[in-house]
Amino acid sequence: MTRFILRRLAVGILVAFTVVVLSFMLTRLSSDLAISIAGPQATQTDIEIIRKAYGLDRPLYMQFFSWVGRAAVGDFGESFFFKDKVSNLIASRMPITMTLGLVGLVLALVMSIPLGILAAVREGTWVDKAVTLFTMIGQAMPSFWLGLILMIVFGLWLGWLPISGIESWQSFVMPGVVLAFTAVPALTRLTRSGMMEALSSDYIRTARAKGLLRTSIIFKHALRNAAIPVVSIAAVQLGFMLGGSIVTETVFALHGVGFLAWESIGKNDFPVVQAVVLVLAVLYIALTLAADILNAVLDPRLRSA
Amino acid sequence: MSDTIILPAPAPSGSRLGNAGFVIGLAICGLVVLMALVGNFMVPHDPWTQNLNERLIPPFFMEGGGAEHLLGTDQIGRDYLARLMYGARISLMIGLATVITSGLIGVTLGVVGGFFGGKVDDVVLFAITCRLSIPIVLVALAVVGLLGSSLFLVVATLGLLLWDRFAVVARATTMQIRNLDYVSAALCAGISTPQLLLREILPNIAPHIAVVATLEAALAILLEAALSFLGLGVPPPLPSWGLMIAEGKDYMFFSPWVIMVPGLALCILVFGINLLGDGLRDLLRTGRVT
Repeated sequence: MTRFILRRLAVGILVAFTVVVLSFMLTRLSSDLAISIAGPQATQTDIEIIRKAYGLDRPLYMQFFSWVGRAAVGDFGESFFFKDKVSNLIASRMPITMTLGLVGLVLALVMSIPLGILAAVREGTWVDKAVTLFTMIGQAMPSFWLGLILMIVFGLWLGWLPISGIESWQSFVMPGVVLAFTAVPALTRLTRSGMMEALSSDYIRTARAKGLLRTSIIFKHALRNAAIPVVSIAAVQLGFMLGGSIVTETVFALHGVGFLAWESIGKNDFPVVQAVVLVLAVLYIALTLAADILNAVLDPRLRSA
Repeated sequence: MSDTIILPAPAPSGSRLGNAGFVIGLAICGLVVLMALVGNFMVPHDPWTQNLNERLIPPFFMEGGGAEHLLGTDQIGRDYLARLMYGARISLMIGLATVITSGLIGVTLGVVGGFFGGKVDDVVLFAITCRLSIPIVLVALAVVGLLGSSLFLVVATLGLLLWDRFAVVARATTMQIRNLDYVSAALCAGISTPQLLLREILPNIAPHIAVVATLEAALAILLEAALSFLGLGVPPPLPSWGLMIAEGKDYMFFSPWVIMVPGLALCILVFGINLLGDGLRDLLRTGRVT
């Protein structure tokens, strides 16, 4: 078990390092950062001053190592636009993104597990087909569009929920639903196929033969086994949600990390952009690692892998 | 790193929407292709001409709409139906071009990893893991934001980002057939490895790749719409459906149809492509396509 965790940890660190290199290269894509920072009205001397001030006159590898060295201790430099430490910016925006991600995950599980069970129990009937149709429609809806529709219906027509910004917990309902919908199709399908596999297995036949209650068979015996992949995929989905929350945050004007990244991209504020890419990637790596370990704890067969 | 994501999802068993779904998907996709090809010749307006006297005319089925502009006009008086038709071209082009790019990358990596195994496979798995840990939307936005928005750049960026599922499926299916008799037979016959991969392996995994291609095309279309909606995708005045929603956003509380029309178009197209993919997968499982 310890060996398993250590191995996964090593791979995780290696992946994180690769992402560091990629996110650094990403921001050097544009031909000359100093020119884009200086803006259109800048003179040649302005550009030179900026190039020196931000250390952009140094060779690329030196810029890289100085960035990595400082990023390793949580120092991502200073934002050009916000005139603040990038680490402070991210730390102050992270709670919103995290809240949104967790709300989204909980809502996604609350929707998809019952739906998946229902579809599996009523396999092949119209209920099953309706659930399939529902997940397919969910998959086809662009999340930003769903957000706008919810705003019109629940914000304007019914007046139940605030349209944007953060005033209370209610502000997280619509963005949470939108984010949840990015995971519902996958989680529902997974629950359905897991339940179907469990329900057709020998131990369920035994349980049936013993005359156990149907509800007890479904929830106590089958669900327990079907839940293993769902739990681990849920952690991975949370990682995707945190990375994808940029769209939802922008639509609902929630000032989380995604919104920060969107603002910074528009302003060529590259220290912020590369830091957010890195932070979100590391979060994802940590979550998949957690998912793997959780999986191994729940299902001993996987430990030898 | 993670088995939970590297292994391909188990083929969902039992009833999906069945053959009817496949036919409906085919019909939807055919219709959108038709829209893209001949749509703009059927509409009496072009998607670019502005007419400030005819702003935000509602579609024909609403009060104030008429036959002149069947789906109404946008905030600067451009014909919505003409823009919708042209938008179909953009969506389909994005889907197709992205899938070709990402398919080439992903299938190459997957087949090579799956066939050679060992260290080569470790490298491929590592590449997939790295790719999965990168937040796609954010990176695509950053690339377009730094380099300037253009249709080409959107396709190139999405193509370089969406190859992971191709690689996963190509790798898994290659591993399954690597040790089959006909592969050994070809090897004994003295075929070279590249020839073997191209002539024996590739045709046999192609159906599985086709299923992935539909899923990825749908994803690329949705991502392009999201990027364009955020202002960092296809540049205006090109009528991308995502851009139409972005431009209509300021008017949506008074004229909800400005976002309903392009949004529904997106939904229907993506739904159709997904139905097609699901139907294809069903055909594969029942063995009618081999």
